[in-house]
Amino acid sequence: MSSLIHLPTRRDALVGSGALFAWAFAPKLARAEGRDPRVLVIVLRGALDGLAMVAPVGDPDWVSLRGDKALLIDGKTPALPLDSFFALNPAMPNLHRLYQAQQATIVHATASPYRERSHFDGQDVLESGFAKAGARDSGWLNRALSLLETDGRVNPRGSRGRAFALGPVTPLVVRGSAPIMTWVPQQLLPAGQDTQMRLLELYRHTDPKLARALEGRRDLVALTQGGGMDTLTPPREVEPTATGIARVRRYFADAGGAAAKYLAQPDGPRVGALGFVGWDTHINEGAVGGALAGLLGALDEAIAAIEKGMGDVWNETVVAVVTEFGRTARINGTDGTDHGTATVAVLAGGALHGGRVIADWPGLKAANLYEGRDLKPTIDLRAVLKGVLKDHLRLDERALATRVFPGSGEVQPMAGLLA
Amino acid sequence: MVQWGCAMTHDARRDAALALHRFGLGPRPGLIAAIASDPRGALLAELERPGAGRIDDPELPTSAAASRAAFEARAARQAQRIVAQRAEKEAERLKAERDAMGDKAAQTDDVPKPALAPQADPGPTIERQMFLREVRARLDAALVAEIGFAERLVWFWSNHFCVSTDTVPNMVGGYEREAIRPHILGRFADMLLAVEGHPAMLVYLNNSVSIGPNSVAGVNRTRGLNENLAREILELHTLGVRSGYTQDDVTRFACVLTGWTVISPNNNPEHGAEFIFNPRLHEPGPQRVIDKTYADTGVEQGRAVLADLARHPAVAVHVAGKLARHFVADEPRPELIERLARIFRDTDGDLKETAKGLITSEEAWAPEQGKLKRPCEWSVAMIRAAATRGDPERFVRGLVLLGEPLWSPSAPKGFADDEATWIDGVGQRLDIANNLAQRLADRIDPLELIETALGPLASNETRQAVARAESCQQALALVFMSPEFQRR
Repeated sequence: MSSLIHLPTRRDALVGSGALFAWAFAPKLARAEGRDPRVLVIVLRGALDGLAMVAPVGDPDWVSLRGDKALLIDGKTPALPLDSFFALNPAMPNLHRLYQAQQATIVHATASPYRERSHFDGQDVLESGFAKAGARDSGWLNRALSLLETDGRVNPRGSRGRAFALGPVTPLVVRGSAPIMTWVPQQLLPAGQDTQMRLLELYRHTDPKLARALEGRRDLVALTQGGGMDTLTPPREVEPTATGIARVRRYFADAGGAAAKYLAQPDGPRVGALGFVGWDTHINEGAVGGALAGLLGALDEAIAAIEKGMGDVWNETVVAVVTEFGRTARINGTDGTDHGTATVAVLAGGALHGGRVIADWPGLKAANLYEGRDLKPTIDLRAVLKGVLKDHLRLDERALATRVFPGSGEVQPMAGLLA
Repeated sequence: MVQWGCAMTHDARRDAALALHRFGLGPRPGLIAAIASDPRGALLAELERPGAGRIDDPELPTSAAASRAAFEARAARQAQRIVAQRAEKEAERLKAERDAMGDKAAQTDDVPKPALAPQADPGPTIERQMFLREVRARLDAALVAEIGFAERLVWFWSNHFCVSTDTVPNMVGGYEREAIRPHILGRFADMLLAVEGHPAMLVYLNNSVSIGPNSVAGVNRTRGLNENLAREILELHTLGVRSGYTQDDVTRFACVLTGWTVISPNNNPEHGAEFIFNPRLHEPGPQRVIDKTYADTGVEQGRAVLADLARHPAVAVHVAGKLARHFVADEPRPELIERLARIFRDTDGDLKETAKGLITSEEAWAPEQGKLKRPCEWSVAMIRAAATRGDPERFVRGLVLLGEPLWSPSAPKGFADDEATWIDGVGQRLDIANNLAQRLADRIDPLELIETALGPLASNETRQAVARAESCQQALALVFMSPEFQRR
């Protein structure tokens, strides 16, 4: 039985609607120490199948679990070896190169504290930094920025205290009290400065929230024009003839490259986030040569574009790639995977002590699976993120446990992630 | 005495303007005055209009017919490509033959042209044309509506039960006309059944390929269950997340729904892309879903679960909360949600009564314009205020820029309904308002636009900013961007 209606290619939806990025200004965090660290968070929305990205090829139950969908070192398209146990999806040669250069770290069998299987609650927990889902109005990255501000390390006035967003919708992870600036690839003749200033004046007298949002755009324009950003080109228009995965690849790489160019600026943002949708692979997942391989390849190119865009400051950069949860350990009835629990997180950047897969491997036997179906989480994702924020941004451990990831006192920041 | 009379008039006009912005699609010229005598009555009357919410256009194909047409067009294009390739090869072969024979003359005159050379510009595909006709119809429905309350309900439910052009590009318009519009003032249970059995939803959430592991097809093939639709029905469409259902409920319900699929258009030009229950795919046996066991009655098993789900108490709270959040406030008062939920329960999910409950609640008439309009609401409000017809292509492009691409949410939860999601797009709104204002500047007086679009809602500050604008274009853009026009 096969339905010949146009079947899901959710990745098509990315262009123009799904991919977003945002970042917060935190310049000269650690100038006194001679450091100027950058953190960029990439949120993969839809739940990444971690086993399809980083396969436990050394696990004796791996092949029986995934059958002909299992990535193999000696497969037709061989996986890229990471160590004696794990191998990387062959669609990701750039990440493999960074791994070999000790500039990438993989954390496996990790999960946020969320244990249900709703995308939307899962993303809420992942991005808010709270242990439970619920209406939240701020994200952990924004609160981390606020901490830097109260430490007196960032001037909360002016553009430097702002978060930045590409696309008209801002990801939760950077929402919060630190204001946001938005940038959308320009396709319209923009309104003149004068009209913008008059509107801002009107908002200041009548609607402070709208005023704050519009100020974000004004500050961005100022940064672009006055801060040496004239070399920044907006993401290229995708050729109308390009279809499917080609458009996605272009979009990911452009978004990553643009984010990096902003972060690399001497007076630009230092902390930010970027989101990609399309990872909800319920059907015909295609970890090798299929849909997911295409997406992973696009992510791989985005990482390469970030590395390139950062230039010299790649050495002061940590990129964290995270997703709301993993997928079922077994393949479902439609050659895909359903919503699961543990998955992988990836750190990339020249500031890392990389070249390692960090895992407390739970095993793949039925008895070892979470609720008999998912990879069991053994590492709290918050430990990884707290480790980065503590050692890279030098945030206070107690504040991390109470304000950035509230109620995470028992989750120790992972040590030794940074070089 | 006179002053008291004026105050009354002013309040009534304020309510009229609020009604148009908050519950409708924004004022058209003269409308604030037209409904000022009884704004609540005007809203209620719109729900009683025969055919409210429907689009009756015999020119629009059903979703199934549109899918078949798209299928045929794709197949024809592919055949055309193959024929062209063959002709090209044949021409090359002939040329090589003649070259070999040394017949130089043939190269100038006699070389046959490929039978089907690539055409210069084939224009928009049939699929694109059908899509734009659907956009036109939806836009027209929004522009001709007096207040637009019924149309707003259509948008609300279409977003609640969203599908996406990404997965079912040729069905989105037909889906809304077939599964949503006929039921916005009917019963929730009926809409639920229409939606979950609609081919667009079955394809969008993968149920069309889900196979019971122990069904005849499941045993003969190695394919099986896909739990996507079952989960989203529970989480998004009915009970709501964190309402107590378990993973086992999801899996069992997915088994119940196996066999709910779609006829392939490949070998069925009559009925392709229509719903079919295929017993060969259906998981045999009884299933226990949310504390009740359902005997295997084939397609009726799924209908029975959906009927019970529609009447589950959690649905009333879920739906009431979403309605209140959409129409009234990001954080609606619990009393309002409780009131709407009670009406929903007491009337067995009567959506007209629930909608009436919304407009007869005092909370819904708070004078503050607290909700930020979503991009689509705001865009249509501009077109209505300007009394133009709008251009479907431009409309669609604008919504992409504003982050709310028509019928294309990035996930089955639909577009968000809170200010935090949309407020950072205000800079983009300014560009779009400025662009539209440029086209309108030679025929619309900004001071008239203020009266049309805002009337009693216009603040002194907005009036002043518009009056002092350096150009007509700037003044119009400021009206469209004013807080009173951005919010409702």
